[in-house]
Amino acid sequence: MTTQTLRAGPPASPQQESAPPAHIARIPLRRIIAVELRKSFDTRAGLWLLASVGLASVLTSGAVIAWAPDDDFTYSTFTTTIAFPMSVILPIIAALAVTAEWTQRSGLTTFTVVPHRGRIMLGKALALVAVAVPATVAAFVVGAGGNVVGAWVSGNETVWDQSLAAVPYVGLSLALSLAMGLVCGTVIRNSAGAIVAFFVFSFVIPPLLGLLAMTQDWFHDVQPWVDLDHQLAALLQGSFDPEQWTQLAAASGLWLVLPLAIGMWTLVRSEVK
Amino acid sequence: MITVESVTKTYAGFTAVDDVSFTASAGRVTGFLGPNGAGKSTTLRIVTGLTPPTRGDAHVAGRRFADLPNPGLEVGVLLDASAQHAGRTGREVLRLSQQMMGLPRSRVDQMLDLVSLTPTEAGRRVRDYSLGMRQRLGIAHALLGDPGVLILDEPANGLDPAGIRWMRDLLRGYADRGATVLLSSHLLHEIEVVADDIVVIGNGRIVAHGTKAELLASAGTHLRTRRPSDLRAALDLAGLTSSITSPGVVRVDADPELVGRVAADARIALIELRPAETAGLEEMFLELTADTQREGAAA
Repeated sequence: MTTQTLRAGPPASPQQESAPPAHIARIPLRRIIAVELRKSFDTRAGLWLLASVGLASVLTSGAVIAWAPDDDFTYSTFTTTIAFPMSVILPIIAALAVTAEWTQRSGLTTFTVVPHRGRIMLGKALALVAVAVPATVAAFVVGAGGNVVGAWVSGNETVWDQSLAAVPYVGLSLALSLAMGLVCGTVIRNSAGAIVAFFVFSFVIPPLLGLLAMTQDWFHDVQPWVDLDHQLAALLQGSFDPEQWTQLAAASGLWLVLPLAIGMWTLVRSEVK
Repeated sequence: MITVESVTKTYAGFTAVDDVSFTASAGRVTGFLGPNGAGKSTTLRIVTGLTPPTRGDAHVAGRRFADLPNPGLEVGVLLDASAQHAGRTGREVLRLSQQMMGLPRSRVDQMLDLVSLTPTEAGRRVRDYSLGMRQRLGIAHALLGDPGVLILDEPANGLDPAGIRWMRDLLRGYADRGATVLLSSHLLHEIEVVADDIVVIGNGRIVAHGTKAELLASAGTHLRTRRPSDLRAALDLAGLTSSITSPGVVRVDADPELVGRVAADARIALIELRPAETAGLEEMFLELTADTQREGAAA
């Protein structure tokens, strides 16, 4: 049975093979961004999450009008209240954008169409952090509507206590929330796990850090440097001084940059099954 | 052309793929045959850059997969038809890749048409697809960029007999137009019918590699006679290995012409003489994969 002997490997070195067709261009990053953005909203889960963002911003405006004291009907009350559900739902969309490639196994397709995980992740990051822009616009537009309706219901003057200067602060806060969602997805790479991790970050850790700051004097001064959630809430109030910017950068480094670096390091080396 | 050179993949002490080398040539259908767990899928994942090999290298169309500028235009890949986001429609799955590869939008409908997915079916979510529909969608996806190389892992799974026939003709047509087609299967018949070249893998090692004709020839000859022991003595003298498979039936590792001549010279009447063709590949496959040690002894 001579044919059973293993044939020698291919003699020609692959480099000698005909040069690849010159007309095939590398997939540009902007196309990756566009497709990855589309992928976040073309599934049933993505559509419902997007719809829930809109619904939540209207409902929170209604809740403010229904339950907040009439004196609180100011523009900033509406915008910051609307930004809160957004800063919970949008990061989930961001986390799912990453984890779906593993949990739904669509990565098998994604990473064979674009065999560079770093570029796909960069595309996802840019696409999803950019979601902060329309979200911010929505927060201010729906907030304005809420403010007008609130004033009409209460019979008070409408209070426009926020200027355009507040817009980038809210935008940055939402962008960093989205980034946190991406980081959770990148590190955990499992939909349920990443969402739990994000909830731990935004609902479990902040009160613990707050408690620690209240009971331990030494931590009171440290907290602004390490508590990202605290900083994101502060951003919604606007007008940071230079020290606050430095604190925000430090907290972002701890919660975003460091875990992202570790997550990416394992992600590009992992096996896609 | 696909070249796999000395690829090894180990997981914490377990070797899934062990020094695998083979070539899939242009214009030919190469069947990658092996039982479940033999290392087929791992090898294909290494070829497509999804799994980093421990050692070795794989090239597609002359480059490492990751170095292809827009892989979809050169290599069509279907590794697992079920690996799609369940909440996305079939059409959307194709739309995304069509957009990513920079193809005209009309390509999506052409491909849906090619794999016989109706517009209604294409508008349903993948969650509600049968395995056969997922395979069709996966094949449509692989063919989207009109690639010159196709890598398909178990593409016949879940297809009905008509679908299997359709796929066979499709792959044949692609290879006849000069494409490289590499398909894996654990279904012997499927490979035997469509492949030109066959690579057999067992326990992570290549145990046979050759054209279909060569591998079938190596299955030997079956014959029946009233005097099996006399014939075996004659075959022994001629240097041919033989064995008695059932009373009066002898199997010889040689082609029928040679065996017939030996029998004639020894003046032993034969009742039956035929190439062990029909069961050949299957027998070989079972033998080889059951005991990969044969590889060394057979040489």
